[in-house]
Amino acid sequence: MGKYIVRRLFDLLPTVVVVAIIVFIITRLIPGDPAAVMLGPQASVEDIEALRKSLGLNDPLYLQFFHYVIDLLQGNLGVSLTYNEPISHLIMERFPNTLILAASALVIAIFIGIPAGIISASKQNSLMDYAVMLVSLIGVSMPIFWLGVMLVLYFSVNLGWFPATGMGSMEEGLIPYLKHLVLPSITLATIPMATFARITRSSMLEVISQDYIKTARSKGLGEFWVVCKHAFKNALTPLLTVLGMQISMMLGGAVLTETIFSWPGMGRLIVDAIDKRDFVVVQGTVLFIAVIFVLVNLFVDVMYKVVNPRVNYSSSKGGTK
Amino acid sequence: MASVQSSIVQIEPEKKKVKKEAGLMKKLMRNRLAAIGLTITALMTLIAIFAPLIATHSPNQMDVAHSLAVPGTDGHLLGTDNYGRDLFSRLVYGARISLMVGIAAVIFGAFFGTLLGLVSGYFGGRLDAIIMRTMDGLFAFPFILLAITLMTVLGQGLVNVIIAIGIANIPGFARIVRGQVLSVKEEEFIEVTKSLGATNGRIILQHILPNCMAPIIVYGTMSVAGAIISEAALSFLGLGVQPPTASWGSILKDGKDYLVLSPHMATFSGLAILLTVLGINLFGDGLRDALDPKMKV
Amino acid sequence: MSDFLLEVEDLEVHFRSSSSVAKAVNGVSFTLNKKETLGIVGESGSGKSVTATALLRLIPNPPGKIAGGRILFEGKDILALSEKEMRSIRGNEISMIFQDPMTSLNPVFTVGNQIIESIRTHRKVSKKEAKKAAIEMLQLVGIPEAEKRMDMYPHEFSGGMRQRVMIAIALACNPKLLIADEPTTALDVTVQAQILDLMRHLQDTIDTSIIMITHDLGVVWEMCDQVIVMYAGNTVESGDVKTIFDRPLHPYTWGLLDSQITSDSENEEKLSTIPGTPPDLREPIPGCHFADRCPYAQEVCFSKKPELIEVEEGHTVSCHFQTKEKRLKRKEKAYHG
Repeated sequence: MGKYIVRRLFDLLPTVVVVAIIVFIITRLIPGDPAAVMLGPQASVEDIEALRKSLGLNDPLYLQFFHYVIDLLQGNLGVSLTYNEPISHLIMERFPNTLILAASALVIAIFIGIPAGIISASKQNSLMDYAVMLVSLIGVSMPIFWLGVMLVLYFSVNLGWFPATGMGSMEEGLIPYLKHLVLPSITLATIPMATFARITRSSMLEVISQDYIKTARSKGLGEFWVVCKHAFKNALTPLLTVLGMQISMMLGGAVLTETIFSWPGMGRLIVDAIDKRDFVVVQGTVLFIAVIFVLVNLFVDVMYKVVNPRVNYSSSKGGTK
Repeated sequence: MASVQSSIVQIEPEKKKVKKEAGLMKKLMRNRLAAIGLTITALMTLIAIFAPLIATHSPNQMDVAHSLAVPGTDGHLLGTDNYGRDLFSRLVYGARISLMVGIAAVIFGAFFGTLLGLVSGYFGGRLDAIIMRTMDGLFAFPFILLAITLMTVLGQGLVNVIIAIGIANIPGFARIVRGQVLSVKEEEFIEVTKSLGATNGRIILQHILPNCMAPIIVYGTMSVAGAIISEAALSFLGLGVQPPTASWGSILKDGKDYLVLSPHMATFSGLAILLTVLGINLFGDGLRDALDPKMKV
Repeated sequence: MSDFLLEVEDLEVHFRSSSSVAKAVNGVSFTLNKKETLGIVGESGSGKSVTATALLRLIPNPPGKIAGGRILFEGKDILALSEKEMRSIRGNEISMIFQDPMTSLNPVFTVGNQIIESIRTHRKVSKKEAKKAAIEMLQLVGIPEAEKRMDMYPHEFSGGMRQRVMIAIALACNPKLLIADEPTTALDVTVQAQILDLMRHLQDTIDTSIIMITHDLGVVWEMCDQVIVMYAGNTVESGDVKTIFDRPLHPYTWGLLDSQITSDSENEEKLSTIPGTPPDLREPIPGCHFADRCPYAQEVCFSKKPELIEVEEGHTVSCHFQTKEKRLKRKEKAYHG
């Protein structure tokens, strides 16, 4: 297993390199002079020129790329032009907030979406099944930025149950903290929740007609165990694939959710940085998110093996392809 | 008797010709959800095409004196926005932007994605490795984040939105087409055609591409829904179309600022997006079941 | 009451689709003694597997439904039991093994886990004891290095080995009745014989009755005491094995016997098959279900359903032309071309 993880890490290395190149190219293509943007309209030409020099912006591109790679290898993502702080500090400060938001959304999505799909499949064509399918169909079609706005409208503005913006701090106590978390995490959970419900249902339906389910029933197991143990573990593989994709989508969704709820996470950081043309921040954060995504994929690959004993440890390749 | 018989004989061959297409439509219509989806999609398309006939006002005509009117006042079916522009008319014209961006971006992504997928799958080797590594790299970015980043490079504007979302769509198509090419390439008739001296270009266009069409169409349909959401998201973040152009996302962005005073702006614009995307998704599901049941999107 | 382990009376199973009802099993009756082996023979679609599945009340509902009849197991009416009572019978008093060992074991659990689960569902024993019992079961069904094999997954076993595991699971709780639904059909010929040997051996060891569902009369000859021949949801002939092989009476049974490979396959004679396909059970059939394919069919066969009558002690047949009084003359090569 350990060997396998190491080999997969090496498999993923080229992807990380490509990601770094793409990020570099995109951020160099952002129009406007970052130095000029940073110093504001009153800055003199000399000041701008001095800043450009100190940022290495006057170097030829290949040299800039070379410095960029060297810095990356040392774990140095650069220093923000506007915050005047190392990017790694900014990420360390913001990423936990995004992580909290995404994790609670994922928990909601998993613990509602998957059981809903299981119930739906085991009561196929019932009223319950139709209800789950209708709601999840609307869920996957949801523009979450609109859902977020609507949740604010009803639950903050009209009912006043939950705060509309910001992230609570633990010092105010657990309840206010959680109250801040409710609306953003529901917003972010909607699409994965609906997707999990749909995928769980369809793969459970496929599994439930298999012979080994008949075997499990003929052993005298209760229907609950037949469905939740024998069927569900077999239905997990497609679910894992979707899980990986949904985590990536959530990192994107976090950008929108954090904007709506003024959540001080990575998404907000990126949107603000784009506003301020702080390309070093954009470069660093986007790269960071992409690498996180690659690692999530690695995790999903490893989970495949845990869930499905038929996957051969010694075979190479597979997974993200 | 004789005349009846001869007319039956005449009808026969014609029947056979239309059978295949009628089969697809029939399958779609039998699937009630797909039929609903198709109806919604068709309705939205008609609204977009005939926007000037349907809209009650000019979408950009301001009337500050009557700004933020509630739905139903002064002939404003859905009320007015913060500049007094008729919300209904703006939504009707917004359908144009949303559908156009959605469809154009997917065509853009499908064209380049298919091209890359065909080349990568057919020729294989180092070219394949380079292309697919790049696609893997692009795939490592969350879709919307990639679109946002590209928009900052390209700058605001309708065409740029299409290009940004289009580029973000490329890797998905490339992967699907490449996978399809790899499976078709192994089939015997390709070898036979090759041995008969057909050029690579001809084999790709005449034999391989047609075999990729079903998944491209299914995936493309689903992607239009995603592209419409992405456009709205970009406009919502202020990175999409430029004001005063009405797009559902930009109306929602304005609506968010006036959420307390006039919630109808945000409500209706979002509903328009949801309904359209729902319609396309339903239609796409049906299309997948009819065309390519093995595919799991 | 009676000494029978199992009594089935007029069992009817229907499958409902949106527009029609298929009568998959149409009034089947039989009895089974303790330690006896009953064969149910027929083509696919004859209703033999459905009958077997109905005994455990495992017919998927919807669309299937046990529409009528009685199933008495040790005098208890199975169809009247609660679901919970039924579960305590499944895998405990009546077990079942299936046709395809490649798909009937759950691929994501170890073999040991699947046997232990069966034991612990019905016996209040510790995990340790259950594991010990499971290992013993594996040894009993002839799996070498049983202890090591416990932690392996089904895909690491050959087909024959998997069927042995299935048997181990089925017999783990010493059931009184084992239903084997085509247990050897999916296996290689040499493996088939081993599995049949094993079943016979185990039957002696743990005193269980067996219902053997098969399309292979050879299996019936080797394994069974009694046999029922089913066709399109009906019993067409039944009796003890020797009688059926010596004096078969129903034209369908003749067809089945003709289509079997004889043990001395030296003669290169072409195997005969019964032309035609079984009838559509969604349509009402007024006459004999086999009439369409029967080389002896006459007008009455299409209009009137023959009854199942006892033509001699313990030998029943359902054919208008096979009664105590008259007999049909069996033609040579009736089923050729």
